[in-house]
Amino acid sequence: MKLKFLVLLLVGLLAMSVTGCGGEQGGKDGESNEVYVYSWGDYIDYETLKSFENATGIHVVFDEFDTNESMYPRVAEGAVHYDVICPSDYMIHKMISNGLLRPLDFSKLPNAKEYIGEEFYKQSETFDPGNKYSVPYCWGTVGIIYDKTKVTEPVDSWNILWNEKYAGQILMQDSARDSMMVPLKLMGKSMNETDKEVLNQAQEMLIQQKPLVQAYVIDEVKEKMINSEATLAVVYSGEALIILQENPNMAFAIPKEGTNLWIDSWVITKDAKNVENAHKFIDFMCRPDVAVMNFDYLGYSTPNKAVKDLETNEEIKNSPIAFPSPETYKNQETFKYLGNDMDEYYNSLWMKIKVNN
Amino acid sequence: MINRLTRNVLMTPFLIWAGLFIFIPLVYIIWFGVTDKAGNFSLDNMAMIFEKGFWNALTLSVWLAFVSTVVCLILAYPLCLILTERQRDNTTIISLLFILPLWMNSLLSTMAWQTILEGNGIINQFMRLFDLPALQMINTEGAIVVGMVYNYLPYMVLPLFITLSKIDRSILEAAHDLGANSWQTFYRVILPLSLPGAVSGITMVFIPALTTFVISAMLGGGKLLLIGNIIEQEFTFQYDWHLGCALSVILMIFIILNMLLTAAFDPIKEEEKD
Repeated sequence: MKLKFLVLLLVGLLAMSVTGCGGEQGGKDGESNEVYVYSWGDYIDYETLKSFENATGIHVVFDEFDTNESMYPRVAEGAVHYDVICPSDYMIHKMISNGLLRPLDFSKLPNAKEYIGEEFYKQSETFDPGNKYSVPYCWGTVGIIYDKTKVTEPVDSWNILWNEKYAGQILMQDSARDSMMVPLKLMGKSMNETDKEVLNQAQEMLIQQKPLVQAYVIDEVKEKMINSEATLAVVYSGEALIILQENPNMAFAIPKEGTNLWIDSWVITKDAKNVENAHKFIDFMCRPDVAVMNFDYLGYSTPNKAVKDLETNEEIKNSPIAFPSPETYKNQETFKYLGNDMDEYYNSLWMKIKVNN
Repeated sequence: MINRLTRNVLMTPFLIWAGLFIFIPLVYIIWFGVTDKAGNFSLDNMAMIFEKGFWNALTLSVWLAFVSTVVCLILAYPLCLILTERQRDNTTIISLLFILPLWMNSLLSTMAWQTILEGNGIINQFMRLFDLPALQMINTEGAIVVGMVYNYLPYMVLPLFITLSKIDRSILEAAHDLGANSWQTFYRVILPLSLPGAVSGITMVFIPALTTFVISAMLGGGKLLLIGNIIEQEFTFQYDWHLGCALSVILMIFIILNMLLTAAFDPIKEEEKD
């Protein structure tokens, strides 16, 4: 008796939760004045969402993710339907490979055609051949931020991160691809390397380096470098800009061996319900005045050609980090998706580095 | 009959709770742990514990949890003894001091430890003041142990304090009357009687210390991976739920082993048998 009662109750509860969800979604499907956007946390000036709503009357439902990896399963398994997403290069490649994205209709994206720099479309071909699926939103590089008061030699190569003088003073990125990129570039190899022999060598270099490393960090790197906790750190250019503003002892350099030119782009999902609105949203984000708002808010380099002229802050306008000269990004590589097996191989190499004591 | 009915009715809320949030998830975890991505039965993920250096992480976790538990015990036992000795005085303030850390978010207190132990942290600024060499404390095993001890000490103090304070004073007086000196009284009377409290204290410290990933992530600088960090990575980053679950099941086995081991020392069990 007791068991039956319990089972009934459980079934009842489940049924309630299922219909609850279904009802909610059903109500939203029919309407077309909404757009579901899924982007990085704090990666947009929220004012621009308001002006989009005012300009078009389309209501924006905005959700945030913190890593590409946490975003992917939610979209892939269709737990929630999003129209527009803003993933990074290699993740876009992965989503294209797995058929999760919808080709864009560029006739509906006049601003994207006019204002986004040609070179960024070209660079995007690494992960989006033919530029069918993505419109670049932000981009940047990865380099070394260092304490000018402590580093005596010029910082122009990744090999300074193996200099024993700085033992315990080095911060590395805590992710497989970002960390492997450093020794791969130092060896003169591609950061999209798939030769296991080469990858094992790169791993060996990182294991040798580990005693010199103070910590493997992600977002904490900003705070640590602002407080001069370390002398050298591998950072994204956007982070570098914030650190430089807060700590005048720091300087940023891009090693001569080359680096990662990352691009985060707008894409539309295969299952998008509001395709029309999604195009409008992406195009709105490419409008010069909106792009300036986002640029001022974020500090990340923008692929939008019109922004530099509209930027009013002279200091930022002339900053070589905010607006790098074309030489900085010429001949740089961008991450691409190497397939599931290769992903796992990178991760297992990285895991072994991390547990090696 | 009515009595039984009311009992069942009163039990129902918890049974539903336990079923939904304890039993079903547990079955899921075990199920995921013994299947592969295609959904076939496979123990490959379980065997992965011997690869990729996961075993290192597990032994490091067990070792650090063990050290933290011992440190907690050494810190807590004398304290609780003194507290019970002074029970007639006002001990509320002292015991409050030990529960106080529990009122604070553990994430915050761990962040505070980061600030204390860092290269430019409070301790090192103090050292510099006296021209002493800076100490490398953060991102070491020691830092993780400090974080664990700080966070879990109250869980050792509370059960110990309760069992110690429950010891009947007349038993101690009887021991003295029968000629036992204070060392003998402690060794032969107080210690055995306090074992149940120590056992639950050990379990309550050892298990969270074994499974933590926050403390090791914040105070280990990503250089020292505990098994909890690896499980967390498998779920959030690598997205290999089967491997994550398999490792969780292995961790559960270690926890059950620990509970069996401590239960073997628990004198209460023997009393119940009589």
